[in-house]
Amino acid sequence: MRVIERLVVAVEKPLKEAVWDCRMCGQCILHSTGLSCPMRCPKNLRNGPCGGVRANGNCEVYPDKRCVWVEAWEGSRRLPVFRDHIEHLQKPVDWQLQGTSSWINLVSARDGVAPKGWEAHAGS
Amino acid sequence: MPAPSRLAGLLRDGRFVVTAELTSTNSADPEATWRLAEVLRGSVDAVNCTDNTGAHVHMSSLAAAHLLVEKGIEPIMQLTVRDRNRLALQADLLGAAALGIRNIVLMSGDDVTAGDHPEARRIYDIDSMQLIEVAAGMRDRGVYLSGRKLEQAPSFFIGAVENPFAPPLEFRPLRLQKKVRAGADFIQTQLVFDVPLFARFMSMVGDLGLRDKVFIIPSIGIPRSARGARFMRDKVPGLHVPDAIVDRLEKTPPARQSQEGIQIAVELVKAVREIPGVAGVHLIGIKWEEGVVQVAEAAGLLPRPTMSPLATVGGSR
Repeated sequence: MRVIERLVVAVEKPLKEAVWDCRMCGQCILHSTGLSCPMRCPKNLRNGPCGGVRANGNCEVYPDKRCVWVEAWEGSRRLPVFRDHIEHLQKPVDWQLQGTSSWINLVSARDGVAPKGWEAHAGS
Repeated sequence: MPAPSRLAGLLRDGRFVVTAELTSTNSADPEATWRLAEVLRGSVDAVNCTDNTGAHVHMSSLAAAHLLVEKGIEPIMQLTVRDRNRLALQADLLGAAALGIRNIVLMSGDDVTAGDHPEARRIYDIDSMQLIEVAAGMRDRGVYLSGRKLEQAPSFFIGAVENPFAPPLEFRPLRLQKKVRAGADFIQTQLVFDVPLFARFMSMVGDLGLRDKVFIIPSIGIPRSARGARFMRDKVPGLHVPDAIVDRLEKTPPARQSQEGIQIAVELVKAVREIPGVAGVHLIGIKWEEGVVQVAEAAGLLPRPTMSPLATVGGSR
């Protein structure tokens, strides 16, 4: 399994880094965020933008970069499917999955495991 | 179900509430906090204790809020996910409950680069939305995020924030809805200087059917000078200050600018009060508690209702 995982990561990492500037959180929600990777947000926000977004749509922390969540909102409006998923409440990040393959974690359903005290909401 | 706090009780009774921000101190002497809080006593229903506001270090909001509880002034404890991971956040929430703090406002927080320790490591282990859900889980289901049971669940009145003026504007009401679904009972907004834009936001919030589900309290800033207003317009991320406000202060002689600032705030209070779904106002006089009292007076918000404070320490909801 370790070998398979390493092989999958060897394919997944360069591909997703090139296309989405992926940070390999191992629990991909790109389809819920208009294909804008939320882990690029300096605050790692998974549920929407902070209140510091600049009037021109750029990031509070990096004034020259576009806010990841402005891109997520615009991207979600263009998606033919999953566009309402941006309204879903995303569970806390499992930092143990950092660097692992989100593809394997999807197939094994490991990425769907929430903390036991996390209440599943309708639509999340 | 009894209201968890006096603030909650007033809002549920349909009273138009007044809250205000307390300047955070840098003093080990509790008198410094009490002196400022005493200025506000009687003019507001509850007082916000900020959490390293603007990412500058100050006395912890937990300690400041407890100091207010000791003096019978109802606090609203702000808590950001910037400086603490999920363990520390839950520990502070439970500790706050044990110290008699019932109103909490949960938020992301200004980034460390905005503050006096820009080299600090930012935490953001969980986001503000998730913290709302965690606090609601502790309150409603008596469990930590891990699922482990609490011996006694806290009784919180859970607040959150929203910025109606920052892009993406169309997403903001949906994000507010998400916070309500996660468990937010009330919302304090970013400073409102642009009333038409705020009214548009409130109308979208109304379209989502949220007016009956959450109490929305816009923040009203009290500019003290043209320079202060310019700084807010040009330097503070997420703040939207129309040029008309800055121009109006610049045309006022310096000696009268603070009074003009009071007048601007009073007009804003009266304007937002007309908007359906507005449950109160949150007054922010930046390091200017006396300004808050003057605005409350001049806007006809005094006297505040003299509902007796609820038992503040111990007990369940």
